[in-house]
Amino acid sequence: MNFETTIGLEVHIELKTNSKIFSPSPVAYGADPNANTNVIDWGYPGVLPTTNKGVVADGIIAALALHATVEQHTHFDRKNYFYPDNPKAYQITQSDKPIGHDGWVEVDVDGVKKKIGISEMHIEEDAGKNTHERDYSYVDLNRQGTPLIEIVSKPDIASPAEAYAYLEALRQRIQFTGISDVKMEEGSMRVDVNISVRPVGQEKFGTKTELKNLNSFNYVQRGLEYEEKRQQQVLMSGGSVQQETRRFDEKTGETILMRVKAGADDYRYFPEPDLPALNISDDWIKELGDAMPEMPTKRRERYVNDLGLTDYDAMVITQTKEMSDFFDATVALKADPKMAANYLQGDVNAYLNDNHVDLQATKLTPENLAGMINLISDGTISSKMAKKVFKAITNGEEPKAFVEKHGLVQLSDPAKLQPIIDDVLQANPQSIEDFNNGKKRAVGFLVGQIMKQTHGQANPQVVNKLLMTALQK
Amino acid sequence: MANRINRDQVQHVASLAKLEFTDAQLDAFTPQLDDIIGLFETLSDVDTDGVEATSSVSDQLNVMREDVAENWGQSQALLKNAPDAARGFVKVPAIIDESEDN
Repeated sequence: MNFETTIGLEVHIELKTNSKIFSPSPVAYGADPNANTNVIDWGYPGVLPTTNKGVVADGIIAALALHATVEQHTHFDRKNYFYPDNPKAYQITQSDKPIGHDGWVEVDVDGVKKKIGISEMHIEEDAGKNTHERDYSYVDLNRQGTPLIEIVSKPDIASPAEAYAYLEALRQRIQFTGISDVKMEEGSMRVDVNISVRPVGQEKFGTKTELKNLNSFNYVQRGLEYEEKRQQQVLMSGGSVQQETRRFDEKTGETILMRVKAGADDYRYFPEPDLPALNISDDWIKELGDAMPEMPTKRRERYVNDLGLTDYDAMVITQTKEMSDFFDATVALKADPKMAANYLQGDVNAYLNDNHVDLQATKLTPENLAGMINLISDGTISSKMAKKVFKAITNGEEPKAFVEKHGLVQLSDPAKLQPIIDDVLQANPQSIEDFNNGKKRAVGFLVGQIMKQTHGQANPQVVNKLLMTALQK
Repeated sequence: MANRINRDQVQHVASLAKLEFTDAQLDAFTPQLDDIIGLFETLSDVDTDGVEATSSVSDQLNVMREDVAENWGQSQALLKNAPDAARGFVKVPAIIDESEDN
């Protein structure tokens, strides 16, 4: 039996606003428990929420970045449920008029391009956080009211690899807008997935299961791969898939039954009476659209077509807007694009990983990286010397000044190199004889000696040329 | 009685509201709720043809505040009002993890 797979993804993205969605409490991390809360966040009787304009703007920006239609007559709805992290016993969200609908992102899986549809996206408030100890649980409402955008995919995703690619495309586009950090490891991007399989040709979707505890894109893909296979085996052995929620076990790579879903959830949505509806003007949409930075797909096209980068280089450089902006600025300062791309992917990324920092938190600047690359390009320094210069520019030092201060200038003048070469040859007659007897290795030894004499400053290309001329005399 | 709502539905609504009713209460509340729904059915007499659905009866629109953070410094007072608190948290009986779906 052949099967086809249908995957649905619900992605929650935490917005980087200053204040909460319905109260002016600060949105900040690492604060003492409940320090960033007020009577509105706690859902006290008689309080009135007010919509944060910044959140609505971010919702419009997300819709535009994901090619969605902005719903200009939108409002909030109440979703009713009891849980201790939710002091009002309802969440203010959007149900029948979400801020954006019918969007898409393009993904590329093994060279095959595909558009994946987004059915809708809505703005809503996050809940608080519970920690559990033996006999009690502890509630911190700092996160209560933090703005979220939930993005719901259409049933277009047909494989776990496509799910991964969709998440990556979504992450990048949102990251470039600057409305969220979209980091799964920090909880600013959270993913809920559901998956079903059905025999090829069957019109009705199969019964879907939901997966929890997927804390990275990698786990999403692995959890889905396991679940896809499990459901196929259930069907092939004549069984039927139950509607249930399963937990992904990171250690074994398996999914484990958490609970069986009995009936649909009953949230009794209704229009939020405490918040007036919103009419989003054409002007506002245009203003936000005009301010939108160039998206990663456009930048990759430019990098490959105009600057001659490989697809892979272009992909790595566009992981974050900061990296891509840094690259653009470096190239604008006349640095060789290929070298700039190599340094960003290699030394810069290694430096960021080793120090667990983001590019914008370092002392690296496009001016200094371009300065260093230009010193390599014009032959002032060798790429080996550049290792030292790179270290200096991570400390914010100006490359030219550093090179001069430390005498790191490459010795390329034949008039200066020739006497040193002559001295080395005179001191090593054995090597000349070896060379004449066909031992090419002798050249390496001689170059080494010359480099030693010049404290590593000799230009290797010039040395090689002069040495070969001398040896072949 | 017009049977606009049955006993099971009343039971369901009660459980959504975390309320527990005895059999006698369910028997008493079912016809009462049925009457209430009947009262609201009066609204069906109004001709709403050509009237667009609305989400609000308020004539206010686009009431928004700028994204400026203010800490009202209420957390200590709020915690004092909580049934129990510890280390800045609200302390509640152990929650069986249902992991929040929002």
